[in-house]
Amino acid sequence: MTAVTAGSVAALDVAPPPLADQARRGVSDTLTLTRRDVMIWGRNPAFLVFVIIQPVMFVLLFRYVFGGAIKVNVPGGYVNYLMPGIIAQSAAFASFGTAIALARQIQRGVISRFRAMPMARSAVLLGRLIADTLRLLVTLLVILGVGYAVGFRFENGFVPAVLMIVLGTAFGVAICTVSAFVGLAIRDEESVGSFGLIWLFPLTFVSAAFVPVQSMPGWLQAFAKNQPVTIVVDEMRALALGGPLTQHAWQSALWLAGIVAVFVPLAVRAYRRAS
Amino acid sequence: MSSPGAGLRWDGPAILVEGVHKSFGSVQALRGIDLGVERGRVLGVLGPNGAGKTTAVKILTTLLEPDRGRALVEGRDVVRSPAAVREVIGLAGQATAIQEELTGRENLDIMGRLYHLDRAERQRRADELLERFDLVDAADRPAKGYSGGMQRRLDLAISLVAEPLVLFLDEPTTGLDPRSRLGMWAVIRELVARGTTLLLTTQYLEEADELADEIVVIDRGVVIAAGTGESLKDRIGGDVVEFEVPDRSRLGDAVGAVARLGEGEPAVDADSGHVAIRVGSRGSEALVETVRALDALGIRSEGLGTRRPSLDDVFLALTGHGAEACEDSSTGEPARSRHGGGAR
Repeated sequence: MTAVTAGSVAALDVAPPPLADQARRGVSDTLTLTRRDVMIWGRNPAFLVFVIIQPVMFVLLFRYVFGGAIKVNVPGGYVNYLMPGIIAQSAAFASFGTAIALARQIQRGVISRFRAMPMARSAVLLGRLIADTLRLLVTLLVILGVGYAVGFRFENGFVPAVLMIVLGTAFGVAICTVSAFVGLAIRDEESVGSFGLIWLFPLTFVSAAFVPVQSMPGWLQAFAKNQPVTIVVDEMRALALGGPLTQHAWQSALWLAGIVAVFVPLAVRAYRRAS
Repeated sequence: MSSPGAGLRWDGPAILVEGVHKSFGSVQALRGIDLGVERGRVLGVLGPNGAGKTTAVKILTTLLEPDRGRALVEGRDVVRSPAAVREVIGLAGQATAIQEELTGRENLDIMGRLYHLDRAERQRRADELLERFDLVDAADRPAKGYSGGMQRRLDLAISLVAEPLVLFLDEPTTGLDPRSRLGMWAVIRELVARGTTLLLTTQYLEEADELADEIVVIDRGVVIAAGTGESLKDRIGGDVVEFEVPDRSRLGDAVGAVARLGEGEPAVDADSGHVAIRVGSRGSEALVETVRALDALGIRSEGLGTRRPSLDDVFLALTGHGAEACEDSSTGEPARSRHGGGAR
């Protein structure tokens, strides 16, 4: 061992790399981690259940079990009413996978190891978000396919249909940022398994996703009418089936922007603390 | 793409730690640590759980910032130039970077990408590391099915993808069975033979002695001894003869009978009736003498035998207390019971 006198040697003066290099690395690292997360999903048998079987089951249950008892006033009947709602619900539930994956990686120390490597720190969260968005798109397209098979039709033309899918995806991404925060803050796979999904039930079911809000008791309507799932689903319905667009459009945009603006900084802070 | 600090020359020690303090709330994990490791040397950091080993590694690998003092790795300051530190280090240990769903080769490839190696280089490194760590047959199987020892080897391989100048191994063999531990030792020894600078933390004196050129012993956030494995063992007094006296009323007689056989006072635990005597290098002779002495008094003993000195003995010799774990949840090291820290 060396005899060390305090302050005996001056540290190397290291200039940070040029911004262009940093940016290029950030993109490359993000894509690498997206690729990694997609590969992991592909290897996981739970993936198939979670991403495909469960949402499809919801579609069939609501279409054939509950649907007959729920009276709605939209062109094409309940199946048309249901599909935008179930897309929003599935998008929200899909974010559970984000929370689980992040908690698991923290618990196992993977994220600590990444943080000791010369990679862009934002890449872990960004890569995860992109991979989970791709996963969400798969789910939404499968649901739409099944929906078509059981009688759902877009009634309002091609562009609004695409916009509806975009809005459903954007909603899923926004909820993903909440789940990312939940996973990073709880940091324990088992606890996330218990609590990561529970808040999504009241959020998605106490809304206009599956039934008209007017059928609920008055005290519940106050929440159901004004919460983001109802706002977003109403806008998706207007896009899919026709109807007034503008009011719910800006309300949806505000809600999604608000959720992202609050939960991205929270998630980033929880991520910084998680090493 | 240029790496920060890539073209810079550094002639000082590979690792230099000066007066580093780190607290978590009211818990002082490090209370003024100094370390220095010359290039190509191996430093073993020995201590019980909660001593501050993991905190020190986290500071040196830029995962935590020190409250006071400074730490340089290959001349790069961990606080002022963390990105440059990350360019030259590798880290493996308790926590794993392995993704279980992916194969060994895929894990290495992803890490290669994150170190910005090109495709040919990634392939070359993966082949080489799989070969070196005896993972060729398992290379294309998901890591989920690997044994504990194979997972540790893959994890170590992952940390070497970018050929780091300085490697940190945080308790690389904790939780491994004896055979896998020997396997890890062989792998680490080979690494060292190639000239990698290594800082290794361990709870096992035997492991530090086996792998490290120099050992520092830390306890409750300070360095309490430093030197070679030999010099530490000399200070402890070599082999230990130990036994238990089930009949507590005869414990005093037993201690009296064997007191003159060892060097210094025997260590006695009145609760368990356990007696340990430091006997230097005369382990087997002292064992025979102990048997005779106890026999002469008709004292029945259990578990009589000799053993190499353990971390507990090091601590007893250096501090007067055993290798007790500090209650320190913030270092990420779970507290352990007394007597749990030794390599028996």
